[in-house]
Amino acid sequence: MNRFSMADCTTVDAALSQLKDGAVVKAGGVDLLDRMKDGIEEPTRLVNIRNVAELRGIRETDHGLTIGPLTTLAEISDHPLIRAQYQILSDACGHAATPHIRNMATVGGNLLQRVQCWYYRSADFQCIRKGKDLCFAFDGLNQYHAIMEYATCPSVAPSSAAVALLGLNGSVELSSAKRGKRTVGIKELYVVPDANPTKFTVIEPDELITAIVIPKPAPGTRSAYQKYGEKESFDWAIADAGVVLEMDGDICRRAVIVMGAASPVVRRSPQAEAALAGKTINEETARAAGKVAVEGATPLSMNAYKLDLFPVAVYRTILLAAGQRDRDPSAAG
Amino acid sequence: MSDSRESIPSSTEIDPKTTAPAGSGRSGISRRGFLKGAGLTAAGTALLDGVQGFTREAAAETTHGVTELGPGPVQVKLHVNGVEHTVEIEPRTTLAEALRMHLGMTGTKIACDRGVCSGCTVWLDKMPVNSCMTLAIDAVGHNVTTIEGLSSSDRMHPLQAAFVKHDALQCGFCTPGMVMSCAALLERNPNPSEHDVRHAVSGNLCRCGTYPKIFAATLDAAGTTRTA
Repeated sequence: MNRFSMADCTTVDAALSQLKDGAVVKAGGVDLLDRMKDGIEEPTRLVNIRNVAELRGIRETDHGLTIGPLTTLAEISDHPLIRAQYQILSDACGHAATPHIRNMATVGGNLLQRVQCWYYRSADFQCIRKGKDLCFAFDGLNQYHAIMEYATCPSVAPSSAAVALLGLNGSVELSSAKRGKRTVGIKELYVVPDANPTKFTVIEPDELITAIVIPKPAPGTRSAYQKYGEKESFDWAIADAGVVLEMDGDICRRAVIVMGAASPVVRRSPQAEAALAGKTINEETARAAGKVAVEGATPLSMNAYKLDLFPVAVYRTILLAAGQRDRDPSAAG
Repeated sequence: MSDSRESIPSSTEIDPKTTAPAGSGRSGISRRGFLKGAGLTAAGTALLDGVQGFTREAAAETTHGVTELGPGPVQVKLHVNGVEHTVEIEPRTTLAEALRMHLGMTGTKIACDRGVCSGCTVWLDKMPVNSCMTLAIDAVGHNVTTIEGLSSSDRMHPLQAAFVKHDALQCGFCTPGMVMSCAALLERNPNPSEHDVRHAVSGNLCRCGTYPKIFAATLDAAGTTRTA
């Protein structure tokens, strides 16, 4: 790991004042240190926000939840209110990485982790996401890559928290010393590689996530998240699904279906959502929604298996959300 | 760059003149012994009156909620196993490196150095974390517990005794991390199920495959704790 100087900050204002001249924010540090140890990034200046107490904690408001970006994944997954009313979020945060990483990793950092494509993560491959003009995955080893919306780069969205927050219509509050605050939806937080392969998110160098905001779910809302991987623990998803159902008795008034490891940016499936709207949730309707979730997908040379995996992930997670099925024992723990 | 040895801070750099050529084994100064000595020297000469754990020189730069650190060595206080140590480290030094190379506590293992294997598990205020992915700077102000701090003098922790009884190790490299993960579980849940134990070590890799014996040892130790 390269040498760096550090501005160790204890307030948001102090941190914002230090976001200049190429300084990089460090929170839990899990993904950043990983990239630095592998030589993908070599920042010479870090702004440490880990000790900014005002950025930590979960607060219930009249409108829903406000979560400090430094709140750890473990704190979110163990929170009684989130477990009771925002199950998709406790499921997603409770199944990321390992127990120890969840004790260290912040939800803000989870949202901003870089893609896990092994070409991107190797300093030996100078790919399009690092400002060069090649993608090695298209003709290389692409079994963990995207099956849709990948014209420029087929790496997949790695954040499980993003799957949950998109399902819950969450947003992030971004703050800058000069321009004040702005609010950005989870979907809009991410820059699709087709638009700009090196930008990753809309966050400017002088901006910090200062809150994560989740609106209160409508009455009758049920939700769930499941992740499928090659290993039972510590692995990123090869397919993950987040489901939010607004139920009116047995009828699903509205469904939000989110697919995690399908495309470069976390996405909802309008086809699967339409397949459930106004329907009774049962084995048949859930399977039908899972089937259409991969409509139009174009797998790469090594990942056609995802065309079978995603429909199963979506259908089983719909039934889990509806309370008609237990957590899938074959989903990653 | 990808070589983690690069991040050994300057205060513990090995002087090639005082160390033996690789493989000779005859100089009388082992690598580990040399590093231990360097760490203890740093600890012994430290200034102890700081703010927030940083010593006077570093804290002098604190203005408006910002403390300037590095890139060179900074003196910090680390509370490890109930003892306060002052070490001189660069901001890039990980907690695992500080423990092993500055404080001579080589029970904490560095294997993957990426948070994948949890061989480096220590407690930060009783919470198990990966010390390889934690900067030592970030441990300032927290209580660090390592495998060395789990036993008291010559008496093993009940979980360590259970590992011995159940033969819950082969090569032993993952063992300190496994013990720290399972002991943390028993601290917060004295009566765990096997599922709880499996979950607690779901980030700890053992390439020898000793998991069943680790589960048995931990459940046995929980019984010991209950009846003690």
